[in-house]
Amino acid sequence: MNFEDSPEEAKYRASVRSWIAANAPDMSALGADERRNWHPKHKEIARRWQATKADAGYACISWPKQWGGAGGTAIEEAIFNQEEVRAGVQFTYFMTGLHMLLPALLEHNQDEHSLSRVPAAVRGEEIWCQLFSEPASGSDSAGIRCSAIQVGDEWVINGQKVWNSGAHVADYGMLVARTDADLPKHKGMTVFWVDMKTPGLEVRPIRVMSGESELNEVFLEEVRIPDSQRVGAVNGGWKVVISTLMNERAALGSGTGLSWRDVMNLAAQTPSWEGTVMQDPAFREWLAGYYISTEAIRLMSFRTLTSLSKGEAPGPASSAGKLLWSNKTQEMTSQALDIQDHFGLLDGAGEAQFDGAFQQRFLWSPGLRLGGGTDEIMKNIIAERVLGLPGDIRVDKNVPFREIPHGR
Amino acid sequence: MNFDYTDEQKALKDQARRFLSDVSPPGVARRVLEAPAVGFDEALWKRIAEQGWCGAAIPEAYGGFEFGYVELCALAEELGRALAPVPFASSVYQFAEALLQAGSETQKHELLPLIASGELIGTVAFSEGPGVLVAQRIAVRYRNGALTGTKLPVTDGAAADRAIVLAQSDDGPGLFLVDLTGEGVARHSVDTIDPTRGAASITFRGAAAESLGMPGKGLEQLARIHDRAAVMLAFEQLGGADRALEMARDYALERYAFGRQIGSYQAIKHKLADVFVNNEVARANAYFGAWALSSNAPELPVAAAAARVAASAAYWFASKENIQTHGGIGFTWEADCHLFYRRARHLGLVIGAQRDWKRRLADRLETQLADELSGGSRE
Repeated sequence: MNFEDSPEEAKYRASVRSWIAANAPDMSALGADERRNWHPKHKEIARRWQATKADAGYACISWPKQWGGAGGTAIEEAIFNQEEVRAGVQFTYFMTGLHMLLPALLEHNQDEHSLSRVPAAVRGEEIWCQLFSEPASGSDSAGIRCSAIQVGDEWVINGQKVWNSGAHVADYGMLVARTDADLPKHKGMTVFWVDMKTPGLEVRPIRVMSGESELNEVFLEEVRIPDSQRVGAVNGGWKVVISTLMNERAALGSGTGLSWRDVMNLAAQTPSWEGTVMQDPAFREWLAGYYISTEAIRLMSFRTLTSLSKGEAPGPASSAGKLLWSNKTQEMTSQALDIQDHFGLLDGAGEAQFDGAFQQRFLWSPGLRLGGGTDEIMKNIIAERVLGLPGDIRVDKNVPFREIPHGR
Repeated sequence: MNFDYTDEQKALKDQARRFLSDVSPPGVARRVLEAPAVGFDEALWKRIAEQGWCGAAIPEAYGGFEFGYVELCALAEELGRALAPVPFASSVYQFAEALLQAGSETQKHELLPLIASGELIGTVAFSEGPGVLVAQRIAVRYRNGALTGTKLPVTDGAAADRAIVLAQSDDGPGLFLVDLTGEGVARHSVDTIDPTRGAASITFRGAAAESLGMPGKGLEQLARIHDRAAVMLAFEQLGGADRALEMARDYALERYAFGRQIGSYQAIKHKLADVFVNNEVARANAYFGAWALSSNAPELPVAAAAARVAASAAYWFASKENIQTHGGIGFTWEADCHLFYRRARHLGLVIGAQRDWKRRLADRLETQLADELSGGSRE
């Protein structure tokens, strides 16, 4: 066991740290509202930062140079990510594309035109979104009904997608569609990539409970795409879907956002009966319990990294990290509201403590427990794939998809 | 970076598991349970000592075998898993560490070789009454080379030959080394929630004792010793928690209700997934603690407290949900479930309860954050 950098890693970290310090965008130039995700100014800074990184060989460090990466190691990439977080300049806009979708594209598609999109994504010039979930296919991710029918060298797509993060700004999407409803559900699906400007494709933002609108519905009506945009084999889509979902959970489980340091700073600035909340024994006891969980998430991400650096895919155990992170974020932000007492109600950037960062995260946290696989799905994955317990009894597994009962 | 045991450490751990499944099946702990006055299995202790495990982290200069602390943690994990009813934790994690951290050269040379060989059993005696340990409530007194007063409970106090005793002195609280087989020492076994791990009440009436470490710094030194013991105990707890989860899993696969394996119900699957997550939290924090211990890292105080809290919570949760998964059979004397339930709480109390360690953890996080803000670097 060694949690310290090797001499080469320490050298790399030092060089990365000073490079980030010299080149990172100045976030203080933004107002409190402008600092929020999806604000146009925030997004523009993220785009420029991604291009700066790409020019210097710090974007997709572990990818081959051919695709705009730097041909480095997974460990180097992780060190760079840690330093970005440390410097407060990590952005989420490109993660869906770079961490989930494009690795699958590179693995399952050999078409030159398709792959030519990759370097632009690495530079942050083009954004990708995921088009998997549907109104009747949430946790049941193989239950999709959006159809793709082959007509000559083209596919014609009809259906509806939902919960598509960033689809309103995305240039491309990766979509899974039903290509044979006579096969069992997992066997009749195919993955495609699609230009979001293709005629017949319409994006409608969804306003979520936090008031933000980064999630969308996507309607597809007679959308025609060439067969060269197929990702993986016809009816072989489930394999592609699974590899992207595992990447997603590994990324979500690595724990970004507000930390134990932030909640301690809040406690230290918040008065209590005597002194500050930091002196309240009840808060201190809670803090200790919260710390061990978030510290475990940090350490578990190192173990995922060790697997990655050995060329292994992130295992089902990364579901534990995702489950913990989303639940602990909800618990911590709720605690942050509690310690402010009545004042915890305020979430306006002007009046609220920390410009309402805890309140904003609190209102987002229910979504963290749903997106990327719900708590319940994570627990099923752990129970079945880690502990070896039996799968749920399924009435839909070995029958043709079109015979499966469904609600509205 | 390496976030796992090395291949050599894994081989040692596998060998330890095979050895313990042979010499310490659950029947051995049960034998001690049924004859509680003994408090440990002497034959098993001898077999373990022959393996050199007691000296795993003791330097060769003091008669040890110097495998290393991560290796000792790997052995602790297996001892916890096997519910080994031996005074290993008292003698190795506490007594030996106290000597290594605070003992004089003479004390180390005299006692550590005997601890390493298992010929001598040591323990550390600090508790006296209900509630957390504070300086004002230490009533055992050291004066003119002799100890007076009663320590209760002292884990392995009946089995041990020597003890390091926390006592008041003219300089303030200090640590004192005493021969428990000598004059002026009266001791008797006491009943505890885990009879497979013995405990005693020890009364000193002018027992000859010598000072160990810095006079008046007993509590600070004890805290340092307990930080080190906390990491090793966390591995025993982790081993037990993992085994409790396996037992529950195996039973859930074997038991049928309503025409199905009970492990096919989400009520059971999700419960055991929660146990798994808690065990992973304990594992991550314990590994970090092992690294901090083996490398003498400045992170040790935070890492040790985190490992202690996480492992105490995980073992307790795993052991109680193991009984729940087993249903009525899990509540019987015959089933082994209660041995884990008892051991979970024993280990969660021996060097201070979670409440106590959460307080230490919060104190230390505050110090760490203050250091970081004043410009100290973290990574």
